[in-house]
Amino acid sequence: MASSSDSNTPRGEAWVWFTGLGLIIGLGMVIGLLSLVLVNGITVFWAPPVPVAQIDDGRTVIGQLAQRRIRAGSLANAPQYERQYQVGLRELNGNSYLWVDEAKVKTETFPADVLGLERVEHGPAFVRPQALRKSDGKVIPITDPAFESALQAEVSAAVVVREKFEEITRHRIGDVNREMDEARVALRRAEDLKLADEIPVLRRQIDGLEERFVLLKAEAQKVVNSGAVATLDSKDAAGRAVVIPLTQIVRAWFPNRLDTWGRTQLFASRLGEFIFHEPREANTEGGLMPAIFGTLVMTVFMSLLVTPFGVITAIYLREYAQNGPILRIVRISVNNLAGVPSIVFGVFGLGFFVYVLGGSIDQLFFSDQLKYNNNTPVFGTGGLLWCSLTLALMTLPVVIVATEEALSAVPRGMREASLASGASKWQTIRDILLPASAPGILTGVILAMARGAGEVAPLMLVGVVKLAPTLPFDTVAPFLHMDRKFMHLGFHVYDLGFQSPDSDAARPMVFATTLLLIALVVTLNIGAIWIRNRLRARFKGAAF
Amino acid sequence: MNPSTSRIQVRPSAEREGRKDYISIRDYGFWYGQKKALDAISLDIPERQVVAFIGPSGCGKSTLLRNLNRMNDLVDGISHEGDITINGRSIYDPGLEVISLRRRVGMVFQKSNPFPKSVYENVVFALRVMGVRDRSILDEACETSLRKAALWDEVKDRLQDSALGLSGGQMQRLCIARAIANRPEILLMDEPCSALDPIATGKIEELIHELKEQFTIVIVTHSMQQAARVSDRTAFFYLGKQIEYDTTEKIFMNPSQAQTEAYISGRFG
Ligand SMILES: Nc1ncnc2c1ncn2[C@@H]1O[C@H](COP(=O)(O)OP(=O)(O)O)[C@@H](O)[C@H]1O
Ligand SMILES: [Mg+2]
Repeated sequence: MASSSDSNTPRGEAWVWFTGLGLIIGLGMVIGLLSLVLVNGITVFWAPPVPVAQIDDGRTVIGQLAQRRIRAGSLANAPQYERQYQVGLRELNGNSYLWVDEAKVKTETFPADVLGLERVEHGPAFVRPQALRKSDGKVIPITDPAFESALQAEVSAAVVVREKFEEITRHRIGDVNREMDEARVALRRAEDLKLADEIPVLRRQIDGLEERFVLLKAEAQKVVNSGAVATLDSKDAAGRAVVIPLTQIVRAWFPNRLDTWGRTQLFASRLGEFIFHEPREANTEGGLMPAIFGTLVMTVFMSLLVTPFGVITAIYLREYAQNGPILRIVRISVNNLAGVPSIVFGVFGLGFFVYVLGGSIDQLFFSDQLKYNNNTPVFGTGGLLWCSLTLALMTLPVVIVATEEALSAVPRGMREASLASGASKWQTIRDILLPASAPGILTGVILAMARGAGEVAPLMLVGVVKLAPTLPFDTVAPFLHMDRKFMHLGFHVYDLGFQSPDSDAARPMVFATTLLLIALVVTLNIGAIWIRNRLRARFKGAAF
Repeated sequence: MNPSTSRIQVRPSAEREGRKDYISIRDYGFWYGQKKALDAISLDIPERQVVAFIGPSGCGKSTLLRNLNRMNDLVDGISHEGDITINGRSIYDPGLEVISLRRRVGMVFQKSNPFPKSVYENVVFALRVMGVRDRSILDEACETSLRKAALWDEVKDRLQDSALGLSGGQMQRLCIARAIANRPEILLMDEPCSALDPIATGKIEELIHELKEQFTIVIVTHSMQQAARVSDRTAFFYLGKQIEYDTTEKIFMNPSQAQTEAYISGRFG
């Protein structure tokens, strides 16, 4: 020790390494997490070559390699592996995935005629096609060089048919149903109140709607029939004949023929579907548009609610409240609020917002709805508004604390200059303190947003659902339906990961959804940081 | 609070004709909590003269100055005895709003403190908070104040630029322009040159000479030379007490108190 004080090495150098170690461990964990999610999430959409494997016991397997792991019970110094193939054709195989001992795989070949299919039902399929029976009756064998283009043309035609069908069933029939519900409630009310002149009008309206419903059903059926002709005759790994109607096919590709560009295009198309389309197959396939939208709208609403609340509260606490024991207690309580487990906020949201507030709103404004529609609540059940409010309450302390700090960081001279100029306290706050602390306040909002966007537990109680039939936003006034239940990426991850009947099929989607959630939070944060930096620049240099 | 534009108009000159006890401080004592910072201060400040407060650090110059516009109200646990009147009316009169007092008493601080706004918005701030919206009044007030503060020529082309881009001396003159934009009667200056170089200091001293035609000025300064150069009367404080108050000439040439002489000749402080 004595000698170290004489040496030229600055003392305290060891602490640089020690403190640096903390950073490295932290960074390592973050980078590890992000790259795990990134790699697993992105590769979901990539289509690798698909092998045809001959197994010892005489079986043949066609399937995409999903996982490879050390077989349980194998020796540590001579590990034996097993492979999981995604074989698809769930309706025939009973399961989409198959574990095979690596030692038992005799050969693996990559024949060019292996076809991958994404289907509307029963998950994907890997088959060896034989012939395409087109809608016009022509049969094109696999040996025909035009087979692939003809197949893709038929798939595209099938997609168009399906979209038409969706348009009719989801939107137009949905609209009719909604109008019908409203008319029925109105009719029940009219009958109850004996409004003699309204009853026949409503009856006629309902009859008209029923007629339209039948017509639409027929139209939908016609659309389906028009596309139901073409089929793909194929053989599965075992050589059994499999006939797949083209209406079932979402996407078809030859995994062993694709070049890199083709794989990239497939990747982009799958990623596009994931982001812009609605889910299929119990959420394990298709897209996440409703969940992305729900998360985004909920987070933005939460920020819009929490910012004014938090800022106003902080202004009162910092600028108006008398210093003293009461203020200290309030501050401590606010800080403790930040440590309350989020599920507690969920319970509070359900008990107070949904039942008390929502119930009162229904009593006051939707009493007809309650009375004549089997007590179906409007606001008295979970919904977007209550989710946003619950999370706003949860993130309130973050905004309050950040705003208080920002206000107290405004140089004293500026406050004094304003007051000395004859400005009132409120004018000083509004014209000087708030603009000067805007960047700090935004930092608080960014933190609140990051916390709110990733929160799941309380939302399950106050309005997030596994599958929402309609977006909280549409073309029917008032356009944004704050009372509707909605889908949320965080809940989606939970639902896929823990509630899915087919956990193997859900696994890749869990990663992809997680990646999307992270990307969404990062995007929101970058947006807010961009705004904050602009404010800072104004505060530092240019005029505002 | 009330947005009357009448405050901008020049007061009738009769009212401003050299009242000898324009600001009158009587037996004034002041406490920060338990600590007595001022004790038995009594002095009259005549209208449209420059009065300098001198004395060693911590003797209470700023405290007295900041009581003239009740800036010390921001501090918790203060109390006072005695009275201060401006033009015959007590500044502690319950019927007098602190805001209207501060509109009559402008203040320039030791550390220049422009707002992070444009030069223009800085100057017209006091008018804006009074509710003046009329662009022509604001423009005119901006130009006159900047001219009076000898800053107009330097900033007239960058009125919309941020005030934070000005040099130190310019910022301080901007703060002076801001303090006089709503034409107060009194201008308080707390060591306005302590952070400035000699050239900027010279400019501000010249400015004080010109401003005293219109304003009653109270200036706290650490520099004997500055007090001698700019002020008509000088008050010397020591440990919260007023040791001597007289014409500047008398204080510097022939002080009646030994402590004053010791301080002026640099033997302590
Ligand atoms: N806000 C305050 N709270 C408590 N004491 C203060 C405060 N401001 C000044 N003082 C004390 O009052 C005395 C006078 O200070 P001040 O008026 O600033 O002196 P000067 O301006 O002459 O250097 C000093 O002892 C100082 O410590
Ligand atoms: Mg001082």
